Amino acid sequence: MSTTKLIVPEKKRITRRSALKLAGAGAASMFAGPGFVRYAQAQSSEPIRIGFQVHKTGIGAAYGKWYGQTTDAAVKLINEAGGITGRPVEIIAEDDATDPGRGAEVVEKFATQHKCDVAFGTLFSHVVMGSAPRAGELKLPYYVVSEGHHVASGKLNRYTFQPGITDVRSQVIAMAPWIAKNLGKKVAMIFPDFAFGYDHRDYFSAAIKAQGGEVNALIPIPPTETSFSRYFPQIPADTEVIYHVMVGPAVLTFVKELGEYYGSNHPPLFGFIDSLEAVSLKSPGLEFLEGSYFWEAYPRYAGAKPSEFDTFYRGKVGVDQYGASVSDANDVSTYSHMFGCWETLYIIKQAMEAAGYKGPDDRAKLIEATEAITTIPEGNEHPQGDKVFNGKLHQVFGHQNITQVKGGLGELVYRTTIEEGLYDSTEDYTKMAL
Amino acid sequence: MAGRRPGHPFSSRTASLLAFFPHLLLAILEGTVAAAVLALSALGLSLVFGVMRVVNVAHGEFFMLGAMLAWWIAKMVPGGPAIGFVAALVVAPLAVGALAFITERLLLRRINYDPEATIVATIGLMFVIQQLALSMFGADAKAVSAPFTYRIALPWFGFSGYKLFVVVASILILLGVWWVLAKTKWGLVMRVTQFDRETATAFGIPVTQVYSAVFVAGAALVAVAAVLIVPIQQAHYLMGLDPLLMSFIVVIIGGLGSIKGSVIAAVIIGLSDGIISMFFSPTLASIIATLAVALVLVFRPQGLFGVPAR
Repeated sequence: MSTTKLIVPEKKRITRRSALKLAGAGAASMFAGPGFVRYAQAQSSEPIRIGFQVHKTGIGAAYGKWYGQTTDAAVKLINEAGGITGRPVEIIAEDDATDPGRGAEVVEKFATQHKCDVAFGTLFSHVVMGSAPRAGELKLPYYVVSEGHHVASGKLNRYTFQPGITDVRSQVIAMAPWIAKNLGKKVAMIFPDFAFGYDHRDYFSAAIKAQGGEVNALIPIPPTETSFSRYFPQIPADTEVIYHVMVGPAVLTFVKELGEYYGSNHPPLFGFIDSLEAVSLKSPGLEFLEGSYFWEAYPRYAGAKPSEFDTFYRGKVGVDQYGASVSDANDVSTYSHMFGCWETLYIIKQAMEAAGYKGPDDRAKLIEATEAITTIPEGNEHPQGDKVFNGKLHQVFGHQNITQVKGGLGELVYRTTIEEGLYDSTEDYTKMAL
Repeated sequence: MAGRRPGHPFSSRTASLLAFFPHLLLAILEGTVAAAVLALSALGLSLVFGVMRVVNVAHGEFFMLGAMLAWWIAKMVPGGPAIGFVAALVVAPLAVGALAFITERLLLRRINYDPEATIVATIGLMFVIQQLALSMFGADAKAVSAPFTYRIALPWFGFSGYKLFVVVASILILLGVWWVLAKTKWGLVMRVTQFDRETATAFGIPVTQVYSAVFVAGAALVAVAAVLIVPIQQAHYLMGLDPLLMSFIVVIIGGLGSIKGSVIAAVIIGLSDGIISMFFSPTLASIIATLAVALVLVFRPQGLFGVPAR
């Protein structure tokens, strides 16, 4: 008996043969397992695969959950109506942890591993900025639902589109005339100290100046801030309007502390609903917002006379007339953003059908078909309202809404025209190579 | 700021002085609240490190759990925020303490309180607790009502009465912990264990049981801190990171294991943060706090009140 046998019993020794068997089995299970798709020949019965880059975790998680619910509802409807070009739609959701680096990896995974036809659904602007270059390199059409100005700024690439939601620049341009006319001309701006906030700072400052007003204080707040009282002394005493746009979990504290600071005697407030998406306006501490005004892309509260399309959309997504989940009234949706997923999916459908899209070889045709879209009528596919798509900027333009908080609910006071949100630009993505 | 007002009755010098005082007052008030929050959240970490000489990276997650439980209890208990607050003050520390007890038994004891292994194990625990909270409570921020709302209306601005209550409560809790450590038999046992584990064992002190109790007490204390603090912040599954980092800064500057040092460090950092961020910028305040940690580590590695490692 050799010493080897004492230590390693014969039957447990790994022989070359057993190792090969194991490797073979492993490889076989890899081919059979989820995530691996044989795509030797793209058959017409194969589903259209849409990679859904979703913020399931990280600071965007509250949005991600509702983006998921809206996307599922839209895809269900599209499939019930026969899919896209007669093929069923399959959503492949991957969590990007609301992180730009991870976002680029997810895009890569969609293109190379999942063999997706297109990627879609990103919200947070830094994740879009991190992911879009990779989508461009991989020539993967990338439809974001982000509302940042980065797409229309011309800084991204031919493969990145924002066809379902308007950008911040358009939103603030549309708001400035109403603010100057109804609330006041000396505006103190409180905004997050990163790219999204800078879009507000730059474009609103210019827009209010064009109305004969001025921004009398710029108060940037770091996105990780948890305490805000110490920023408020920077608001000048002669301020006529406090403009606030905040994101992240600390917004409730922000409003509460603003209320404690000012009490009942304060300048009118104009905010962006981004501050309070997924948050009930009846949350403790938000009483201070009573009577204040909000920009909304799509009013959370259906109001007395909702359009038939809005009622249809709410019913399918599972949202009640107060913008909360039908199964849990405390579960408030991100109503002013998530419709972008619904509408973007219908744009993808429209463009694919116009391009006669058959598979990844037709991606260039898909890009051109998307760029060719111009007017988008209101309907079940576009419940937020009619829109105009600018193929050169890869950006959609639409109506904006101003609501006032009354009794803890939002009441629509003004809906802009599409023209109020248009701006001049010389950028042109269609000149870039495909 | 008032100097900009047209037709102001005072000279510009008087006006700027008049504008300066309310700012300073608000800075000091905010700084005091920040100091109380810091001292409270660092207390548990300081206690655990002091006695057990291990770093609990999941400390911030115990804080987060306390806050989440406060929200959940406030939602479940009928009868208004005050009753929910009292219920949370009782239940949250018990629940978080129970989790700490399980952690201590299943994790720390198995790795024999090895300092390096504890760091790695509690990093893992941190992620587990975070993701559990995400799947159980969801990703949105949750507001918790203060047990009472009272706005102190000063001539220049208003201030939350509850924030001052937090300051008073944290002073009482700190005094309580000091009293236990300094005046009771329990405190004596803890101090002996901290001084020398082997000698303590030789004198018949059940060291592992003391460790267990201290770890549970540290977690329960940070849960109490969370219940107190959550009405002035809000509960969110990622909220644990901030208290963890700030607790480390406070504990390192104050001296590892010295509760007196932690309190003094919290007051210094809280007040300087309040004043610097009001008159200059919050970023500068963070830079100075971090720089202070670096300087303390260079010139006085044991911290202001720490005892050099034996």
